[in-house]
Amino acid sequence: MQALTNRVQQVERKKLTFMESLYLPAVIKGMFITFSHIFKKTPTISYPEKTRPFSPVFRGLHVLNRDEEGRENCTACGLCAVACPAEAITMEAAERKVGEEGLYREEKYAARYEINMLRCIFCGLCEEACPKDAIYLSETFAPANFQRKGFIYGKPDLLIPNPVTEPEAYAKAKGGRVSGNKY
Amino acid sequence: MFLSIDTAVIVEKLALVVVVVVASLVIAMYSTYAERKVAAILQDRVGPNRAGPFGILQPLADGLKLFFKEEIIPNFSNKFLFILGPSLAMLTAMMTGAVIPWGDKIHILGRDFSLQIADINIGILYVFGVVSLGVYGIMIGSWASNNKFSLMGGLRAASQIISYELAMGISLIALLMVTGSMSLKTMVVEQQAHWYSWNIVKQPLGFLIFLICAFAECNRTPFDLAEAESELVGGYHTEYSSMKLGFYLFAEYINMFISSTIMICLFFGGYDIPFVNDAALALKTGTNWMALIHLVVLLIKVVCFLFFFMWVRWTIPRFRYDQLMNLGWKILIPLALFNMLVTGAIILLQQNHWHF
Repeated sequence: MQALTNRVQQVERKKLTFMESLYLPAVIKGMFITFSHIFKKTPTISYPEKTRPFSPVFRGLHVLNRDEEGRENCTACGLCAVACPAEAITMEAAERKVGEEGLYREEKYAARYEINMLRCIFCGLCEEACPKDAIYLSETFAPANFQRKGFIYGKPDLLIPNPVTEPEAYAKAKGGRVSGNKY
Repeated sequence: MFLSIDTAVIVEKLALVVVVVVASLVIAMYSTYAERKVAAILQDRVGPNRAGPFGILQPLADGLKLFFKEEIIPNFSNKFLFILGPSLAMLTAMMTGAVIPWGDKIHILGRDFSLQIADINIGILYVFGVVSLGVYGIMIGSWASNNKFSLMGGLRAASQIISYELAMGISLIALLMVTGSMSLKTMVVEQQAHWYSWNIVKQPLGFLIFLICAFAECNRTPFDLAEAESELVGGYHTEYSSMKLGFYLFAEYINMFISSTIMICLFFGGYDIPFVNDAALALKTGTNWMALIHLVVLLIKVVCFLFFFMWVRWTIPRFRYDQLMNLGWKILIPLALFNMLVTGAIILLQQNHWHF
């Protein structure tokens, strides 16, 4: 058959040499190679005791941020919900009452904020859209669950611990992340 | 009672049988664990290490899993034959363990108990006969599955086994010409003299042929075409579940263990400690300790052989069916015949004081 291009390589069909046709030398060579693998290091990580290190920009579970005084950043502006390509975020806004200045940064806050982890594709567009540095994606991933309703994360699951009342938990949840702009 | 039955002998042999059966089962169980660990080590992984420290209880977990699974017997298969298949496979696997010399003898309560269940004078022929019966287990199992793929798988397995039995038999003939006796105990005792009286030195080619045939008889890679998962949907044990499948898999491991032991008794001196004068050592330490040492040495050799089986499994890809048949009939049988002729010639020359 005519070759279509000039880059064609003919397959070599040499007959096996006598040593090759014995198969045994090749088998023994292979067995030595396999044997040498006994002495190599295994790249296995024994999971629950040790975890693989993530990069700091890894897009994992969402975290609702607070500022240094412990006030929630989120103002329920809805930009993250609009930016989300999977329509996973829903929220209800509420007005800040007189005695709640220590809880929320501005007069509008999110009374109910839910992310459906089954819809979320962990793209990070909500993090890029947020003007208040209120939501970012951290270094963990969503654990398994038996029912669908366990995957709808509300504010208690998403809020970062208060830096004033629980500083170590706050520092651990913040991880190695560098803060974005705050208005 | 017209016959005077020596109940002591019956009790002694029964106890020995129970011990050998239980030991075979335990060793087969742990060779499944060893298989997974060896496979993992050869593949840069860590094997099972969660069930108990270092995964030691893994075979128990596997056994329990098989027990708890649902026993499915297909509707239109022959129920008696369906259950008979794995039982036959297991039976023939265990029966071969009856003639293996596990040690010399132990001296308890003033009596000598030999550590071999049956020291018949046709030892190796008995083993050969029982291995030939092992074909029945596979054929009956595949026929009773009422499944054309199982039948094809069983046909292939059966034809593979009987093809390689021939080469095994012929290489055994050469060995028998050298040893002069078929009893395994005599063979082991003869090999205890010097390190160069081990039959591997006298019959290297015979050992190679026997080894390859043992791989084929145990349906072990590279000859595991009949039971590979990607070939014919799992071959002759497609329709089996729960303990019947467990019996087939177990019978394969017991076969492996017994084949290793037989190869060791034939070629590697059985329970002989290499480079050590066994008779002198026996006089120094006493019979019972010597029997224990011999048993431990035999088990160490078996472990090395089992490792070798697994090492080969995880190195070589499996043969295609026609390559397998080609190897069995066109290459191994002529080689075994050649071996036999050369051995015969050398023995005749030796008897004739090296004149022609």
